[in-house]
Amino acid sequence: MACDAEGLMAVLANVPDPEIPVISIVDLGIVRGIAHDADNRPTTVEITPTYTGCPATAAIMGAVRKALDAAGHADLRINVSLSPPWSSDWITPTGRRKLLDYGIAPPERGGPVACPQCGSTSPVEVSRFGSTPCKSLWQCSDCLEPFDSFKCH
Amino acid sequence: MADDILFQCLLRLGDDSLVLGQRLSELCGHAPALEVDLALANLALDLIGQATLWLELAGEVEGAGRDADALAFRRDPAAFRNCLLVEQPNGDFARTMVRQLLFSTWQQLAYEQLERSSNPRIAEIAAKALLEVRYHAQLAADWVIRLGDGTGESRGRMTAALAWHARFIDELFEVDDVSSATAVAGVAPEPASLRPAFDAAIAAVLANATLAFPTLPRASTGGRRGRHSEHLVPMLAEMQFLQRTYPGAKW
Repeated sequence: MACDAEGLMAVLANVPDPEIPVISIVDLGIVRGIAHDADNRPTTVEITPTYTGCPATAAIMGAVRKALDAAGHADLRINVSLSPPWSSDWITPTGRRKLLDYGIAPPERGGPVACPQCGSTSPVEVSRFGSTPCKSLWQCSDCLEPFDSFKCH
Repeated sequence: MADDILFQCLLRLGDDSLVLGQRLSELCGHAPALEVDLALANLALDLIGQATLWLELAGEVEGAGRDADALAFRRDPAAFRNCLLVEQPNGDFARTMVRQLLFSTWQQLAYEQLERSSNPRIAEIAAKALLEVRYHAQLAADWVIRLGDGTGESRGRMTAALAWHARFIDELFEVDDVSSATAVAGVAPEPASLRPAFDAAIAAVLANATLAFPTLPRASTGGRRGRHSEHLVPMLAEMQFLQRTYPGAKW
């Protein structure tokens, strides 16, 4: 089985985030990298948690293990590393676009700039904390739709 | 540094987060409004996540085969090293929020120093948790300002809550053998060094809330040595029930 880094990333890019299944764990920026041995064979997939207490972390580990096994990489280890800490800046441009299409405003310093439903630029914060640790709750003051905003972290 | 000192230092960090996380979890489904309910559940989740990391490391340092779950669920109350502030009952919403303001403000200042700890494992956990703690401190400050500068009723309750919690402030800055040894080794900050920034941060929030800084009564201390208030035991009895009754149970 071919075992190059690109092929592995493709496998991981098919693992969805359990809470926001439209984006993959690669889009989310939590796949930190792939470590290789002296013969340049991949040995370890490095994953970083988003929030320390995020209950999705265990589910993500399980899903990564399953995807690697299914692709013939049962020998690869999964390592969780904390440093440097994950930041929402690590979400890829593709990930940001997919969040927006899904109705979640992507992370912006100072809060979301536009309502993901109607595009109006006057959203107001309803709650600093939302349905998951990574989101806050906002409402559009034009179309009045509430929406989730990915927290800038 | 001696492993037993480092172990005590890690228990203090882990137990603060664990006990406050458990306290806040009690409000899940009972908070005054849905948004507050979500917020407090999220805070609890962050704190329990931090506790898992600290206690996992504590278990490694101790080297007696105890993991984070063993330390959280099968340790007696007198072996807990959290400060007295975090074990205080939720009381009314004013008390919950004042406790949060005092603790998160202290925790933010402490973790900003721990992020530069000479122990890289401690530094990385602190750096990770700090991103969450800043949010907690901001949330608490927002509520203290809103309620302090609110109605006569909310203002009266905030004043009473500050007066209640004031006795637990000094303990956060208490110096003892463990804190001195970890400070000398550059592992953790000298507790007293955090005091000026803490007083300034709290005073700024209270000024915005039009509340006076409370007069500090004689301090209640002892948590760091395992001498707790009467509130910790019932809380742990509930938290530890399942693992005490069915040791090692998993699902």
